[in-house]
Amino acid sequence: MGMTITEKILALHAGKDSVGEGDLIEARVDLALANDITAPLAIRVFKDLGAGRVFDPNRIALVQDHFVPNKDIESAQQVKILADFARQHDIRHFFELGESGIEHVILPERGLVAPGDLVIGADSHTCTYGALGAFSAGVGSTDLGVILAIGKIWLRVPGTIKISYRGRLGPWIGGKDLILNTLGRLGVDGAIYKALEFRGEVVRGLSMEDRFTMANMAVEAGAKNGIFEPDEITRAYVEDHSGKKGLYLSSDHDASYQDTLEIDVSGMEPQVALPHSPDNVHPVSHVDPVRIHQVFIGSCTNGRLCDLKVAAELLKGRSVARGTRLIVIPGSPAVYKKAIQEGIIETLLNAGAVIGPPSCGPCLGGHMGVLAEGERAVSTTNRNFVGRMGHPKSEVYLAGPAVAAASAVLGRVGGPEEL
Amino acid sequence: MKIEGRVWKFGDHVDTDLIIPARFLNTSESNILARHCFADLRPDFARKAAQGDIIVAGRNFGCGSSREHAPLALKAAGIRLIIAHSFARIFYRNAFNIGLPLLESEDAAEVFSEGDLLSVDLSSGVMRLVDKQRELKARPIPGFMMEMVRQGGLVAHIRHRGFH
Repeated sequence: MGMTITEKILALHAGKDSVGEGDLIEARVDLALANDITAPLAIRVFKDLGAGRVFDPNRIALVQDHFVPNKDIESAQQVKILADFARQHDIRHFFELGESGIEHVILPERGLVAPGDLVIGADSHTCTYGALGAFSAGVGSTDLGVILAIGKIWLRVPGTIKISYRGRLGPWIGGKDLILNTLGRLGVDGAIYKALEFRGEVVRGLSMEDRFTMANMAVEAGAKNGIFEPDEITRAYVEDHSGKKGLYLSSDHDASYQDTLEIDVSGMEPQVALPHSPDNVHPVSHVDPVRIHQVFIGSCTNGRLCDLKVAAELLKGRSVARGTRLIVIPGSPAVYKKAIQEGIIETLLNAGAVIGPPSCGPCLGGHMGVLAEGERAVSTTNRNFVGRMGHPKSEVYLAGPAVAAASAVLGRVGGPEEL
Repeated sequence: MKIEGRVWKFGDHVDTDLIIPARFLNTSESNILARHCFADLRPDFARKAAQGDIIVAGRNFGCGSSREHAPLALKAAGIRLIIAHSFARIFYRNAFNIGLPLLESEDAAEVFSEGDLLSVDLSSGVMRLVDKQRELKARPIPGFMMEMVRQGGLVAHIRHRGFH
């Protein structure tokens, strides 16, 4: 029996010839990641263990991105715990404000993840790196603290759901629309404990940025990881960004899948997830044109250059509607710089946007752009749970950058075709 | 291992933003986190939850963010066991890792009600209503997870077995 790409990477890191669904393995970790919210707890666990030294100071990434620039005294203390630990243990990939951006944007950008790697992060959206053909999954702080000490983790090999996309993508349709549509079909618990494997002619034509967006939201279906087979597009990206060689694996023809899903993308409209669940997905033309108080473009899902580009294309020569705020946050200093060089930032500013420093921003409702009672936002982020972006009586509509930008101009939920 | 306590009932897809909203994540002190547990969904929870209480919920409990602050807040609030139809995978790992056991049962949310006094044998998965003659069986906890619960969590488990 053949193996899926997920099984191949897991077998390799467990030192086995083959693994199958349900096997418990202990796997070697190529890169361990934590941020300013999850690292302080992980560091406490590391200290409780009494290990003394980290397993490898070159295989750990610590990123300040959630509550930075420090939002209050307590978060400043948390952020300082990272800095102190990083210096004490000589952590090579420690990203402080100035160098730092959103973890899942900067790690691939800095070439820290290559195809075939096994990446574990104390952040649920660690699944993003599946876009590169790596196995990557989120865990909590105790798991991460133990990895800091021993560089290994126990994992149960997941069964895989194969999702094939075929047909022709329409204008303004990107990775966000594909993954939202998929979530609408799977449901938020449709892939618990499982791997999602994204395949088909459509994804083979997608840019790395679109693939990052899709893999990023695998966890919204409950999945352990979401993965693409690496190809020439992956290779070009990795060669551009990384000194790592990478291992270009693919699933065997006789690999066994738990389930398969076929999606024809022809005629697909931009997709929107209505409050309060990422699987409450509808085509934009079927969504009530409700008034919007805030639009956010950014996050580990859609904070990359192509996202800002799409927004700028639609906002060029237009203005954000009165009574609507547009917040744009580039995902990394590199994205920010390129957006300035390409005139994107000027276009956005002219339209009335406010630009925030590279960080998670308002995505999780703790910092910079929190919603008031009764307010509604269209957001390019990944979750729209009750109270996710602020007051428990606020609402979040999830969409791609095209719908977000169009909604900012219209002052209500709407698609790019309406401009 | 036996656990006896009062039931708090919750529905499907209780996410970690509901368990502990992100605005309270500027600390990792579990006693402070416990004060804000379910702050928006059930503002009286933190005040009324007692040591030994049990949560009974529907599908996909603990979905969303990987924040371990969620199970830590629940544990510090007094919760000793969570029984649900299913759990989100990161929450599942996190809870066992900090020594908070979970049981999967498709029927518990149908049968048990808020305030019921429940007696649960973790090793066998037998859940018994103390005041009524009703018994259900949950899927037993896998062996090595049960060992981790007995030892008090992953840190104790690793200390016990060594760093190799």
